[in-house]
Amino acid sequence: MGAEDIHDPELEALKAGDEAAFQSLIQRYHGPMLRLAMTYVGDRGVAEDVVQESWLTCVRSLDRFEGRSSLKTWIFGIVINIARARRRKEARILPFTAFWRRDDSDSHRPTVDQSRFGSDGMWRTGPRSWDNVPESKVIGGETLQKVKTAIDALPAKQREVILLRDVAGFDSAEVSSLLGISAANERVRLHRARAAVRKMLEEYLG
Amino acid sequence: MNCRQVVELMTDYIEGTLPADDRARFEEHIAGCDGCRAYLAQMRVTRRIIGSLADVPIPETVERELLEAFRNWRQA
Repeated sequence: MGAEDIHDPELEALKAGDEAAFQSLIQRYHGPMLRLAMTYVGDRGVAEDVVQESWLTCVRSLDRFEGRSSLKTWIFGIVINIARARRRKEARILPFTAFWRRDDSDSHRPTVDQSRFGSDGMWRTGPRSWDNVPESKVIGGETLQKVKTAIDALPAKQREVILLRDVAGFDSAEVSSLLGISAANERVRLHRARAAVRKMLEEYLG
Repeated sequence: MNCRQVVELMTDYIEGTLPADDRARFEEHIAGCDGCRAYLAQMRVTRRIIGSLADVPIPETVERELLEAFRNWRQA
């Protein structure tokens, strides 16, 4: 992170106790934080606890935060730590959890059903344009519900990447650093995750 | 490049990480292929729809509790 982050006006306002700055922060990040927490703990109620605990940790640690990373990266790093700790605890309690299953997140296996291509590698029947699908359907409640379900069904490694990139809005370098993975791994997981959601949407939107 | 290869390069293309020669071959293919152009557009729409999942309003009670915690911290 650059030196300008040290003079982040938002961070300075928070450190000065500016309540409006804190309110704006929690309103902006609550949604992405909740979705991210659910990536690790599954249950919504537990995820809400994780988010609340993360905010309280942020408030208590604010004085010690020196702005070496961006404020946003720092906050989401706290969420990831708390959510992972919580997942470990839950995994000890539950006899079986899907969190530890093997997954193909880092594989380069094809993401599109191979039967859709002819022997020349060209589409037999290509995807259709969504240009004529009404916007109200594209971002309608039913579509969003299906997208949520599709993301929930992804292996955890893909879920955390797509959540951080596409929901929380981090860039590739920030996500690699938050998760401690290479840029190449980050990209493969993102690709597999988006391809899986797109596939479901193609079945739904046509 | 054929369609089967192009679809697996979509994210690298969108992310801008394809080497220049691959990028040129990708764009050349896309220019002449309705199916792959539709696929690329669908990947972009997919990303946009996923982005809208961020809009979860914070429950009022949670917001009140957090603001109170913030106020207490400031006073401490």
